[in-house]
Amino acid sequence: MPEPLLDVRDLRVSFRTRQGSVTAVDGLSFSVAPGEILGVVGESGSGKSVSMLAVLRLLTNPNVTVSGEVRFQGRDLLALPDKEMRAVRGREIAMVFQDPMTALTPVYTVGWQIAEQIRAHDRVSRREARARAVRLLSDVGIPDAASRVNAYPHEFSGGMRQRAVIAMALSCDPALLIADEPTTALDVTVQAQILDLMRELNGRGSAVVLITHDMGVISQIADRVLVMYGGRAAEEGPRRAVFHGPRHPYTWGLLDSVPRVGGARLRRLPTIAGVPVSPGALPPGCAFAPRCRLRHDRCAELPALAAGNGDAGHRDACWLPPDDRGSLRLTARAAATEGPGTGPDMEKEATA
Amino acid sequence: MLQFALKRFGSALLVMFAISVLVFLIFFATPGVDPAARIAGRNADPATLAQVRHSFGLDRPMPVRYLLMMRHLLVDRDLESFVNRGSKVIPQILQATPVTLSLVIGAALIWMTAGIIMGTAAAALRGKAADPLIMLVGVVGVSLPAYWLGEVVNLITQKQLHDSVFSWVPPPGYVGLSQDAGQWALHMLFPWLTLALLYAGIYARLLRGEVVTALGEDYTRTARAKGLSERRILVRHALRCSLIPIVSLFGLDFGALVGGAALLTEVVFGLPGIGKLTFDALQNLDLPVIMGTVLYAAFFVVLANALVDILYARLDPRARHA
Amino acid sequence: MTAQNIAAADGTGDARLDGADDAGDARLDGDVLLRATDVTKHYLLRADGLARRRRVLRAVDGVSLEVRAGETLGIVGESGCGKSTLGRCLVRLTELTGGRVDFDGQDISTLSMRRLRPVRPGMQLVFQDPQASLNPRRRAGDIVAEPLLVHRYGDGAAVRRRVAELFDVVGLAAGHLDRYPHEFSGGQRQRIGIARALATNPKLIVADEPVSALDVSIQAQVLNLFADLQEEFALTYVFIAHDLGVVRHVSDRIAVMYLGEIVELAGTEALYEAPHHPYTQALLSAVPDIDDGGAVADGPPRERIVLTGEVPNPVDKPTGCPFRTRCPYARELCALERPRLTPTGHGRRTACHYPLTSA
Repeated sequence: MPEPLLDVRDLRVSFRTRQGSVTAVDGLSFSVAPGEILGVVGESGSGKSVSMLAVLRLLTNPNVTVSGEVRFQGRDLLALPDKEMRAVRGREIAMVFQDPMTALTPVYTVGWQIAEQIRAHDRVSRREARARAVRLLSDVGIPDAASRVNAYPHEFSGGMRQRAVIAMALSCDPALLIADEPTTALDVTVQAQILDLMRELNGRGSAVVLITHDMGVISQIADRVLVMYGGRAAEEGPRRAVFHGPRHPYTWGLLDSVPRVGGARLRRLPTIAGVPVSPGALPPGCAFAPRCRLRHDRCAELPALAAGNGDAGHRDACWLPPDDRGSLRLTARAAATEGPGTGPDMEKEATA
Repeated sequence: MLQFALKRFGSALLVMFAISVLVFLIFFATPGVDPAARIAGRNADPATLAQVRHSFGLDRPMPVRYLLMMRHLLVDRDLESFVNRGSKVIPQILQATPVTLSLVIGAALIWMTAGIIMGTAAAALRGKAADPLIMLVGVVGVSLPAYWLGEVVNLITQKQLHDSVFSWVPPPGYVGLSQDAGQWALHMLFPWLTLALLYAGIYARLLRGEVVTALGEDYTRTARAKGLSERRILVRHALRCSLIPIVSLFGLDFGALVGGAALLTEVVFGLPGIGKLTFDALQNLDLPVIMGTVLYAAFFVVLANALVDILYARLDPRARHA
Repeated sequence: MTAQNIAAADGTGDARLDGADDAGDARLDGDVLLRATDVTKHYLLRADGLARRRRVLRAVDGVSLEVRAGETLGIVGESGCGKSTLGRCLVRLTELTGGRVDFDGQDISTLSMRRLRPVRPGMQLVFQDPQASLNPRRRAGDIVAEPLLVHRYGDGAAVRRRVAELFDVVGLAAGHLDRYPHEFSGGQRQRIGIARALATNPKLIVADEPVSALDVSIQAQVLNLFADLQEEFALTYVFIAHDLGVVRHVSDRIAVMYLGEIVELAGTEALYEAPHHPYTQALLSAVPDIDDGGAVADGPPRERIVLTGEVPNPVDKPTGCPFRTRCPYARELCALERPRLTPTGHGRRTACHYPLTSA
């Protein structure tokens, strides 16, 4: 395995609230190799966005505390002076956010905002920065970039704005691009265009961390997958391994509960009972245990992220026996498909 | 653009017409107001009164009287005061305008600068001790009535400490800018500060709220992710977007102040501005002067509004097409 | 004639409210419960400063469809295609610009508000954002009770019994009755919205993106609830969504919308198997497949067609076929003539001059 580009060790993020301290990310470790696409998947409250904001030190709220180690090209970002951190942001690690409608400052032209980023990092003239902005816009597929560079964000449609935001992120050829749900606010045909664009820039050498809740998007684009639940890693591994042989019951649930566009149609979908754990109410043991149909006594203890059998790169945090996950999954799925009349109504129980 | 300007101009004319009619009607509908009696002076005999009525056209029907007054005011520009015979309205207004403009423009510069600095600083320092402190200063400014503050300032600078610290402060009054720029500024200094203190607090408070909101917006996060400095994020992104609502408020305040709302400050500091002129005219129920100043005020309010609209479109590209 | 209609409507309304599932068994599969004929909804945009001409936004532009009793008709399309507006037209939450809607044998598009009142209990709406569609200051129980009070269901005790029953039906605990909307999770809020819609024993529920704001795991729970309720109460659904997987899961038949028009209407299996309209084809191919090695059998990989550009503004609809500006197969005729929704075999209808039937 090559030296990782980004190596996050034991990342913890907690918020101070009136009700006390709330842990949003709880000892998360992961790494990104140069040039790879890491897909981070999870539901709301899983800590997937917060952990990436923490990596870039974009959690500016004074009530937030971040600890752990974020090694990027050998430096610990969490220990970097502000000024050096600014030189990393936008230049070496760029970030694209979910909602393209609000991500750009409304009062400046798109070109101005791209040039602003270029000039924040490179000593180039206004002219040169502008020319680069035009090239970037044209690269991300904006037609007639030379005149669109003077357009204001509100004159762009959602898909165009997301392209512009991506163009801006790419302006300094970052080694790593973190994209937080970049296609969630977009229509499916536009999503396909943006995913193609991400693939293309990955082909040019940038590593990508793609945060999403959409298993389909991950399946299409990621090299490796990190499944998060309750601020911790539930499962992590190469895409093929995770999708073809998922090991964690939560991953099973995510994969099974999505209605597909192909294959057999089921009258009822297999579900994950209950609601996603909220960061304020993390159980001491496995965070997923209260919703897990296969929970047992061990689950009161916190499981470590460990390789099962064979593949050292495919790890999961679960107390179930490592060698029989395939048949356990079938058992769990059968239980998850039961109608409301049969079996205990887990949801009521979990939410009461 | 031309259509926009014409539309604005048309609506301005309409507003001014409506206001003038209103003032006219209120004046003549007020019981116990007989302009003839005021013009003719105390204890005038009926014959004199009738003569005055006739010579001022006060025996004509109301619409005719209104038109006559408007003709004198706007066309012949020789409308005379009812009270001070021979003193014409238009020159009085023209004389008072630079005083008021001096006061309001100077004060506006001070309060906008102070308000923007205080508001932005408070927003940038939110969560620290400086933020509530700055806002407290703002509240104090807002809560002090201008006439009281003005009197206190006068008391200190003209009486209590005039012999020691404030010996350089000239007596209340106005010196024209063209006569002596230094004296002009010296005379205006305390009126400026007094008026500005009132508004700086309001603007600081409003701007703080806007900037705090802007700092929580997605585009601020984008700016931070771009690697921009905190200072640039604050000034070029958060503050720049926050100025948009502030500007519209500023237009309204500025228009009203130039139109005579700086009355209390003018009276306290003995500045012969529009406010003072209106104030005196109201005390004497001097209709021609009231009419002149009210129309002048309406003109400035409408003008300020139009300027705000243009400035708004400059500041906010989204407003250009809507 | 109108008087008779009202009487009939009144009768039906009461019967439904009494909870008697009178028509359920008698209804033949295939009875048309709702029919929309050439429905249009245009919005006049305010003329802006420079342009004098008042511009027309054609949100729904000549839509005809029918919904059979007991089935689920899915309406799918991208943002701005008019699917939500159509949903509102179908239950007359908004006035039509043209066309008519018949519900249960009665033209509801021209009824006065007073005469519409007895019809309303029979058709209910479930909204996308349960947060925004529930009054934050009212308790969950009162929210569900409101339609019962409005339509004079019965005395206080009867209403309370009915609300408790509805809570049980949608999977909420009795202890939730006195809580406020903000105390619930997104999924539970949507359950409250569904309970409210069910309160008057409707025949038809129009659900507008009811699961798109929910987490994946919660989405599955709510979709199952929809399926269970349909079975239990013989409900008819119009299910509006942008998620092609969700629509496929719930629908018997699907209408695909583009720029205010239905471009294809077909049975679910047939539509996903072999789309006849190029837009449907592109839409389906754009959905990212989950490749899980066949654990959940996905169909064979489909050819990917990535459309260029974006949906045009419905104010400036292209001439002829609305999709022609992005269609990979567009020819000359497509710009000249607007294709009508015409049968393309097996009960399917497609609005395309060159449907993909031979493929």
